[in-house]
Amino acid sequence: MAVEQPDRDSYTGYLTTGHEWNGLRELNTPVPRVLYFFLSLAFLFSVGYWVLMPAWPLGVTYTKGLLGIDQRKLVAASLQEAAVERSVWTKRIETEDFAAIQSDPPLMEIVRGTGRALFGNNCAVCHGVDAKGGPGFPNLTTSSWLWGDKPEDIFNTIRVGINSAHPDTHVSQMPAFGRDQMLPRQDVLNVVSFVYFLSHPGAKDVDPAKVEAGKAIFSANCVACHGPDAKGNPEVARPT
Amino acid sequence: MIAQLTLIERQYAIMISAAVAVCGALMILVGRDDAMGIHGALVFLAGILTIFRIGESYFAPAPSDERLAHYYDDPSKVAIVLAMIWAVVGLAVGDWVAWQLVEPDLTFGVAWSSFGRLRPVHTTSVIFGFGGNALIATSLYVLQRTSRARLPDQVSPWFVVYGYNLFCLLAVTGYMMGITQSKEYAEPEWYTDLWLVVVWVVYFLVYLRPLARRKEPHIYVSNWYYMAFILVVAILHIVNNLAVPVSLGHAKSYSAFSGVQDAMTQWWYGHNAVAFFLTAGFLGMMYYFLPMRAGRPIFSYRMSIISFWGITFFYMWAGSHHLHYTALPQWVQTLGMTFSLMLLIPSWASAGNVLLTLNGAWDKVRDDATLRFMMVAGVFYGLTTLEGSFMAIRSVNSLSHYTDWTIGHVHAGALGWVAMITFGSIYATVPWLWKREQMYSPKLVEAHFWLALAGTVIYVFAMWNSGIVQGLMWRTYNESGTLAFSFIDTLVAMHPYYIARAVGGLLFLIGGCVGAYNIWMTIKVPSAVTDLAADVPQPAVVGSGALRAAE
Repeated sequence: MAVEQPDRDSYTGYLTTGHEWNGLRELNTPVPRVLYFFLSLAFLFSVGYWVLMPAWPLGVTYTKGLLGIDQRKLVAASLQEAAVERSVWTKRIETEDFAAIQSDPPLMEIVRGTGRALFGNNCAVCHGVDAKGGPGFPNLTTSSWLWGDKPEDIFNTIRVGINSAHPDTHVSQMPAFGRDQMLPRQDVLNVVSFVYFLSHPGAKDVDPAKVEAGKAIFSANCVACHGPDAKGNPEVARPT
Repeated sequence: MIAQLTLIERQYAIMISAAVAVCGALMILVGRDDAMGIHGALVFLAGILTIFRIGESYFAPAPSDERLAHYYDDPSKVAIVLAMIWAVVGLAVGDWVAWQLVEPDLTFGVAWSSFGRLRPVHTTSVIFGFGGNALIATSLYVLQRTSRARLPDQVSPWFVVYGYNLFCLLAVTGYMMGITQSKEYAEPEWYTDLWLVVVWVVYFLVYLRPLARRKEPHIYVSNWYYMAFILVVAILHIVNNLAVPVSLGHAKSYSAFSGVQDAMTQWWYGHNAVAFFLTAGFLGMMYYFLPMRAGRPIFSYRMSIISFWGITFFYMWAGSHHLHYTALPQWVQTLGMTFSLMLLIPSWASAGNVLLTLNGAWDKVRDDATLRFMMVAGVFYGLTTLEGSFMAIRSVNSLSHYTDWTIGHVHAGALGWVAMITFGSIYATVPWLWKREQMYSPKLVEAHFWLALAGTVIYVFAMWNSGIVQGLMWRTYNESGTLAFSFIDTLVAMHPYYIARAVGGLLFLIGGCVGAYNIWMTIKVPSAVTDLAADVPQPAVVGSGALRAAE
């Protein structure tokens, strides 16, 4: 067993505790006063905070604190306050019609600012931050709107959704003509040529015979939804 | 390795491995319709391979009693090598997920590489794989030397090392297959948790027995911390993982807690995992390796006592600061906040104690990158605990919570404090353990130091910026009382900081690889240094056990 004899450390001038472990020793330096000071300070602050705020459990209840602060009430109050502040313009949006809102430039500025953030948090996931859409998700920056481009129509589309659980939802479904064997493969290819030609008039790589054949099949099968001129119908959606 | 075991120890080792293999076989049987079956195969394989490994040397001559004149360091050596492997893997996966946040398509479209699965692979690999193995290695090393007692036997420490690594392996492979409890830092499912309980209890016993037989009148500070680490982690792990599996053949289980009680239990666990795994254990490391390397006595024994009891007492209450402004009753939040503030004082006392220990050895800090690793770790410990107490204040937390500031804070602690003290300690121990004069290349230690420091600073600054920008954007209203930014706007604003973070992480990863290479070469290249006096479990004369040559 090591000889328990305090040494004096030559560098600091402090005594060691006299123990030695595997060459390690410890100085017996007193704890600096400043440490007790800050420990007391931290404790006193905590006591003060406990007195003022909800802090210690007491069986089924707890000390409520002298300030009577309750975070749930605070949140409810600040939500209330925010709603009152916003009501100046939210009321108008709820009650006035689209034309009246659109004719008020200051109000429209608020609408655009708010709409931008709402679009970013709710719509951008599918339609993109730039609203240009993606595979399966329509581009909202063109003038061709599947479900109507009047404010009332857009409002309604957002309200009821497409293929949603809402009873009045827009329904966008095209039968699987090929898979369900409603049309033979060659007919499908002909219709492809026809609709491709519609959006690419004068295209050289399309067989005119197929376009003609496709037109007949289109008239027989597709016009009910897409219309005789293939321009579609905003009530059922139309192709671009 | 096996040749060191006595015949009876070899038999015990085979029996234990056989029991593990049987458990694996049972898991394959009952879990064949579930991912658990794959884990069963892994456990079975681990058991069988160990049996073969022992079988190879089963008839080797029995070791002489001369081995008892030395500490038993083989398990520490293996744990250090494993720690470095986990470090490289964990840091690499960490940097991968950092780049995924820059460029989301870096998952390459497979399920196992999605952010949600790789992120716990990263955290488990670095915290439990790297940190845990380093703690096991150094704790057994320090325990024997400061108690002047050899490990109790030569099987149980191996069980701890290999059993623990099997736990880590089950954990990370599980995440990639989608097996998770979804509790942060406690993701492994019930059977993996049960296995860790077995391993951990054995670890506890391995630690207690030499301590009980110690040939020193006093228990050294490091051992207080290592004991606190082992004991409290056992308590935390068992309570937070109380769960009921849907069936014995399925990995899925349901927690015994629900709602806000579940959240509170989880963060009581989570914050104390930071306290007792990532702080207490590594403080144990620091209290041994820093004064040893510096050749200085600890600045103040009395301050060690105050810090130890302050840290262990205050930390236990602090977890609720993770749940400010939630459904958790406000009085619990108050307690979490105030105890977090009081916690700063003993934390700084610890940091101050180790930094003041360096008085009289600052020239060594300048010249020796190994000691500089430990010094910087002490500084980051001080900075991170200050930041932590600050962030626990409710009004500060309302800005910082859920932002990258938290990520920055965690990495200031994990990279700056935990990893730095670990690398410093490993660089100190490796030459001592393998009887080398010094590390293979002191220059590479120096290079590693600067890579690690640069990486940490870049990472932390990037996340401070990102976090504060993000927090402010979330709470910015325009004049009409509407939030000014959408969530996607904040992501766009964070993008440059995410690139900086991934670069910082890359530097830290390169440093880790340099370190692993240097350690490997130190082990490979033999050197003519004989046994060191301090490796012999005899009471040394005061003053003679002093220092081993610095690099």
